[in-house]
Amino acid sequence: MNEITPTPAERAEKLKGLGSSRKRVEDVRFTQGKGNYVDDIKLPGMLFGDFVRSPYAHARVVSIDAEAAKQVPGVVAVLTAADLAPLGLHWMPTLAGDKQMVLADGKVLFQGQEVAFVVATDRYAAADAVELVEVDYEELPVVTDPFKALEPDAPVLREDIADQKEGAHGARRHHNHIFTWEQGDREATEKVLAEADVVAEEMIYYHRTHPCPLETCGCVASMDKVNGKLTVWGTFQAPHAVRTVASLISGIAEHNIRIISPDIGGGFGNKVGVYPGYICSIVASIVTGKPVKWVEDRMENLMATAFARDYWMQGKIAATKDGRITGLWCHVTADHGGFDACADPTKFPAGFFNICTGSYDIPVAWLAVDGVYTNKAPGGVAYRCSFRVTEAAYLIERMIEVLAIKLGIDAAELRRKNFIRKDQFPYRSALGWEYDSGDYHTAWDKALAAVGYEDLRAEQADRVESFRRGETRKLMGVGLTFFTEIVGAGPVKNCDILGLGMFDSCEIRIHPTGSAIARLGTISQGQGHATTFAQILASEIGIPADNITIEEGDTDTAPYGLGTYGSRSTPVAGAATAMAGRKIRAKAQMIAAYLLEVHDDDVEWDVDRFVVKGAPERFKAMAEIAFAAYNQAIPGIEPGLEAVSYYDPPNMTYPFGAYVCVVDVDVDTGQVDIRRFYALDDCGTRINPMIIEGQVHGGLTEALAIAMGQEIAYDELGNVKTGTLMDFFVPTAWETPHYETDWTTTPSPHHPIGAKGVGESPNVGGVPCFSNAVNDAFRAFGHVHAHMPHDHWRVWKIAHDLGLHG
Amino acid sequence: MAKMHVKMTVNGTQVEALAEPRTLLIHFLREELGITGPHIGCETSHCGACTVDVDGRSVKSCTMFVGQANGASVTTVEGLVNPDGSLGVLQEMFREHHGLQCGFCTPGMITRAHRLLQENPNPSEEEVRFGMSGNLCRCTGYQNIVKAIMAAAAVLRGEKEAAE
Ligand code: FES
Ligand code: FES
Repeated sequence: MNEITPTPAERAEKLKGLGSSRKRVEDVRFTQGKGNYVDDIKLPGMLFGDFVRSPYAHARVVSIDAEAAKQVPGVVAVLTAADLAPLGLHWMPTLAGDKQMVLADGKVLFQGQEVAFVVATDRYAAADAVELVEVDYEELPVVTDPFKALEPDAPVLREDIADQKEGAHGARRHHNHIFTWEQGDREATEKVLAEADVVAEEMIYYHRTHPCPLETCGCVASMDKVNGKLTVWGTFQAPHAVRTVASLISGIAEHNIRIISPDIGGGFGNKVGVYPGYICSIVASIVTGKPVKWVEDRMENLMATAFARDYWMQGKIAATKDGRITGLWCHVTADHGGFDACADPTKFPAGFFNICTGSYDIPVAWLAVDGVYTNKAPGGVAYRCSFRVTEAAYLIERMIEVLAIKLGIDAAELRRKNFIRKDQFPYRSALGWEYDSGDYHTAWDKALAAVGYEDLRAEQADRVESFRRGETRKLMGVGLTFFTEIVGAGPVKNCDILGLGMFDSCEIRIHPTGSAIARLGTISQGQGHATTFAQILASEIGIPADNITIEEGDTDTAPYGLGTYGSRSTPVAGAATAMAGRKIRAKAQMIAAYLLEVHDDDVEWDVDRFVVKGAPERFKAMAEIAFAAYNQAIPGIEPGLEAVSYYDPPNMTYPFGAYVCVVDVDVDTGQVDIRRFYALDDCGTRINPMIIEGQVHGGLTEALAIAMGQEIAYDELGNVKTGTLMDFFVPTAWETPHYETDWTTTPSPHHPIGAKGVGESPNVGGVPCFSNAVNDAFRAFGHVHAHMPHDHWRVWKIAHDLGLHG
Repeated sequence: MAKMHVKMTVNGTQVEALAEPRTLLIHFLREELGITGPHIGCETSHCGACTVDVDGRSVKSCTMFVGQANGASVTTVEGLVNPDGSLGVLQEMFREHHGLQCGFCTPGMITRAHRLLQENPNPSEEEVRFGMSGNLCRCTGYQNIVKAIMAAAAVLRGEKEAAE
């Protein structure tokens, strides 16, 4: 041989596999405007749909007159509930086991609810016609407060189920009550509370907000009457689930439905739901025989598609005098709006909120969540979150701070004292989860050392003194958070959506010349799947990531999967990818052994090839093996090199992290300046550090938004007060701080490559961290807790109520 | 509705069409001309996804009638690729520094950054953040966008090579 054989490390580097900050393959298209998002799709003869929406939050629909609208040139049809009723499509099932009106059936339950659907030859004509549809409403009393909704004489919102005593999740005790979900041991917890040295108690509101991806929701539905096939392109985070649901409610056989998620302009949970716009577009296409496009505008997006959070959390935490937590008690009043359209696994009507014991070894806990109907938009999706984990993390991370104040113990020390120790993993929590792995003390110490925690506290104390002396009007806050997430839903044994088990899938085909295509049941919305899944595979099968195409989102070609949300792509589909890769490798091993004329067991894997044990100069590289798979008749082995894996994870994964935020708060203006934000994430094995860092920056910025001002607010009449980007806070580059990122690596013991998922961690940990920082700034003056969002006015109000304005 | 005759240069090519006077420039570009790089994120001039360059100024094309751009020279992100079809410096730096995720804001971001660097070829990080504050991104947290623009500025000033 005259060429120098590359070392295994050199060969591994060429693969751009696990751990490589490989540049994204998606970006060449996106940076030159060649993405293909749903609104970019243009089909011959395509029509446009647009909604007439209710201006009232609660009203009876007395009549709808669409005659004038139909006269507008270009208008093809105006659909109302009366048109959908004969098809049984005026209502649709929700992901939470409830049902929701597609178009107002006799009444409306929230402002912005869909009342009629106008279809026209262009979007301007459709908008003109929407203005001309005359709807006669009779206003009804409005309830936007979930506590008032449960009062005995509260107006009946859902007349369709007013008398039903049983809901999808057990008994209903009031006409506006949806469910009660209880976990843990109430009696034992209340006993601990009664006997505890110290109990800290607080009502903590996690306000209603909205995922607000930059691209709104939409679809193009096209019914081909010749071959009977319905194709729908849309902003779907779970295309296969949409196909199954579409088949069940339309009666069209599943093989005659093709759902395609094209490029998606961000999702963050907003694109998990099934919306009336999708149903109306499909019906309109069936009725007119033409493709129909519907894309909501931003105001419709904020008013009517899925909101997030809106949890009133009453927390009680018990501890010994020296700071050992002995119990946690929590009751949540959950505002679900007019229909229960939460997106949670069926058996978890409050998602994984029972992760609320957080990172701490809490011996006993109890939790109950009451879901309530109000005159607000439906939703309750996991906004960059795994099914209510953000709410849970916010609760426990605020309660720890409240407890620290009550005990007079430093909040960092209180956390350290109560962390689940490394030797306790796998750890079973009081509320039933089995945490897979963690090393919290190491991460915490690293974070505190990185920010110089002791010095920060000293500086803060000095600042308080200067403030008292009148030398400054700015206070300093130090926000701490240590969070544990639960992601990767999930084991089919306890996680399903509408009866569909939450496994995921990957199918791989190796081409004869040694490149490959892999298709998955997930769909990227910016996470860079085309880049990272190829990296997982590169490390498994020894084919360079650059030679592997990743395809997702087309139900006609991709294997069945439950989609991308709840940080489940890496834990579930990533595992399926690795497992399918291993199947490829197992077959490749037999082929290599045949070609090398040795027994199967006499060859071993070495980065990108099989080598004869003890004779590394005798090897077959993957490319050669692939070619042989297609051109040699190998006894006992089928031709071809393909594999598919449907992966049902044995457990969730539990990423964690330690965050520290330092703020300066202007007491007189309420302005909060983020001086420093340090984020340490442990997401197990790191696939692409560049992408992880990008996910952390993005998640923290969404956390900043939520903590500091982003809110879907209603007035007493149920009017949405934050329906445009003028009022709904989305931080710009100017308000967004610079972030410092860091990591530790504690692999998941049950995931094939040890990865845990990271997309949502920064939002889960970021919100309490920002909020703790703001609250902490006022701690020296007796302040304990103020609700988010911490906008200028609310921060000013804290100072004012403490008498700091003189 | 009566249509008006409009004429403009888009990415160096002369275009002529009939359009309703109330047609927004963004709809004209996307639907009439099939230039789908500029996106629609709000239609209320807040998000900047629709940003294009009109006669040397950054414009939110959802807030301009097609008639207002009559006779103008319009550049979209598609017009910022090199003549040989390779990525322009800003496009390349966005890729290099992971300045995008879902890509929906990216065409507006890059088009705005292009104009910003014409106005100020040597901006500080603060000036970049301020100059880009009309463009929202929901995915990246801006840190890598800022990094990409600073890097592009350095390349355009000849202080750095564009290659990896
Ligand atoms: S679409 Fe023009 S600024 Fe948002
Ligand atoms: S990359 Fe998604 S909005 Fe900016």
